[in-house]
Amino acid sequence: MAKRKTNRINSPQELEAIRESIIKSRDPSQTCIVVCGGTGCLALGAQDVIAGFRRKIQEGGLEKKLALRITGCPGFCEKGPLVVIKPENILYQQVRGEDVAEIVSETVKGNIVDRLLYTDPDTGKKITYESEVPFYKKQKRLLLGDNSNIDPTEIRDYLALGGYAALSKALFKMSPEKIIKEVKKSGLRGRGGGGFPAGVKWESCRRAEGDTKYVICNAEEGDPGAFVDRNLLEGNPHSVLEGMIIGAYAIGAHQGYVYIRNEYRLALEHLTQAIKQAEEYGFLGENILGSGFDFTVKISRGGGAYVCGESTALMASLEGKVGEPRAKYIHTVERGLWEQPTNLNNVETWANIPLIINSGANWYSTIGSEGSKGTKIFSLSGKINNTGLVEVPMGITLREIIYDIGGGIPEDRKFKAAQTGGPGGGCIPESLLNLPVDFDELTKVGSVMGSGSMIVMDETTCMVDMARYFINFLERESCGKCIPCREGLKRMSQILTDITEGKGKDGDIGLLERLSAALIDSSLCALGSTAPNPVLTTIRYFRDEYEAHIRDRRCPAGVCKLDAVIRK
Amino acid sequence: MKVKDKPAKQKVKSILGRYQGDPGMLVSVLQDVQAEYNYLPKEALVQVSQGLDIPLTQVYSVASFFKAFSLKPRGKHILNVCLGTACHVRGAVRILEEIERALGIKSGGTTKDLKYTLERVNCVGACALGPIVIVDGNYSGQMKSNKVKPLLESYN
Repeated sequence: MAKRKTNRINSPQELEAIRESIIKSRDPSQTCIVVCGGTGCLALGAQDVIAGFRRKIQEGGLEKKLALRITGCPGFCEKGPLVVIKPENILYQQVRGEDVAEIVSETVKGNIVDRLLYTDPDTGKKITYESEVPFYKKQKRLLLGDNSNIDPTEIRDYLALGGYAALSKALFKMSPEKIIKEVKKSGLRGRGGGGFPAGVKWESCRRAEGDTKYVICNAEEGDPGAFVDRNLLEGNPHSVLEGMIIGAYAIGAHQGYVYIRNEYRLALEHLTQAIKQAEEYGFLGENILGSGFDFTVKISRGGGAYVCGESTALMASLEGKVGEPRAKYIHTVERGLWEQPTNLNNVETWANIPLIINSGANWYSTIGSEGSKGTKIFSLSGKINNTGLVEVPMGITLREIIYDIGGGIPEDRKFKAAQTGGPGGGCIPESLLNLPVDFDELTKVGSVMGSGSMIVMDETTCMVDMARYFINFLERESCGKCIPCREGLKRMSQILTDITEGKGKDGDIGLLERLSAALIDSSLCALGSTAPNPVLTTIRYFRDEYEAHIRDRRCPAGVCKLDAVIRK
Repeated sequence: MKVKDKPAKQKVKSILGRYQGDPGMLVSVLQDVQAEYNYLPKEALVQVSQGLDIPLTQVYSVASFFKAFSLKPRGKHILNVCLGTACHVRGAVRILEEIERALGIKSGGTTKDLKYTLERVNCVGACALGPIVIVDGNYSGQMKSNKVKPLLESYN
């Protein structure tokens, strides 16, 4: 029999028919072994586990009994490689290749392998189901929740879960204006860090004059400590694409770009495949779903420059130029890529769009805090028990994230600070642990949301060393175009290095503050204007540590090597 | 330098063909050229400049701006030590120093036998598993100083 020539879907009806047939062809009660194939688990040896399962299932002729799915990251990286048995959602952690045989034989019998279950550190009890693990309990996983149900290289998995229904609704039941109105009403703010209302940005871009318009997905996730975008693209690339297509339709763009770090190999691979499949199914290309709307997406890989996460620098790089930012007296929504109106959003922002279109702005705006709607994904790392990716409603307190979800600090050490927002963010001290985490509250205490990194520090972390680390990082990454950033960071770096080496002087703190003020006022882009945040917040909340370094030549955390200096 | 050879020239040409001469794809083209040669040979840059119709000065400025590009030959194995915040907090600097000692080169350097190139990266986004070392694209998580030697030996 001739194979059906094309998978192309030409109408909303055809889409629903195909969805129906995919769902019908699947048995929801079938046991499925889900292995996390995200970068984190792969680094811990998931490849052996995956190969082991393939072999065991084949050897035992168990294909009918046991399905195997390799998925993106469910978030609990600390305990990887992770295996989940569906439909019951039994969670096995730290699975090694040698555990595979037992998992297969016990699962077939309907048994549970006790020794691989997660142990609650508080009660010492084994926990069987994923949803009962404290790490997952307080999360609200709107974006990440589907990760373990989707093989990211298989568009049919995404379709089975209602994928591209939002696109179909947007194209056939909503006008561009209505979509923009809905996004505005939802209160969605840009997840790249700026927190600018996404709907307002879209509206400006739609209204901007220009024959050709562009949409860009910013996946140049350069903040050290952030891996939110990487995970979304690795685990559920179609959700990001769907958001982009809807956005392009609303704005009137026919060409899109994803600017992604070349270091994100797996994300790149999955995204490339997702675009290919979306084209094959008619979600990208000409006459999408028979609506008459055309849109294509190209991938552009970054060259490892932090500053290219800044929108104008990113666009310069996309044009094949050096990635330097420009002053934004003309917004990129008016004149961006190739001087045309351009709408740039971050990966996570795009991934939120299908949810808003599917379930409506009214529903979406019930989640989160007054000024920040929806959920936010944080990458939790540093001195914390449960490192990994957590998705929480905006407005949750820092304490809940660090203690209830993150499981507190290892070895019962004392919490010192949480650093949010990457190098341009600030360090939040213990006294502010009850702070509700959203865009506005973080800004109030001198930090920023940034792209969602949250690095936990304990009593063995030196805050002056931390400030020095960030300023060093930014000094290296400064593109050098504007003087305040190029020269200011160099001076700040020198002063901080001196302090950490025991060569600090009275007045250094004041000098750092004055330099900071100059950077904030006069830098060309956000790299320079947010750069002082780690310095200013550590001075604000940990001034005594600076003073101990400068006056007593002592590092309270015992990190800095000050002993070489002869005390006078 | 083998780019002058006919098959080599063909390689750059086929890379250029993949991007249909789109000057916006310069960074991607250079990535692919580097993946092919391990660095960016001068002749290849000239060819890219002609192929994309971009001045050679601009190609050079882009090639020298981005950290991912090298204008000098690199080693057979590329070691990236992540020095992102999370890895830093967990002692990545010690790992880097250990590798520097073991190979006798500083970060950014290449061993004389062209076997290893050591580079630092800001963050590879596997922060939960820091400190991380990536060899030829393969991640090794939760690195410790005593794991450095066996790791290097496995890439002999």
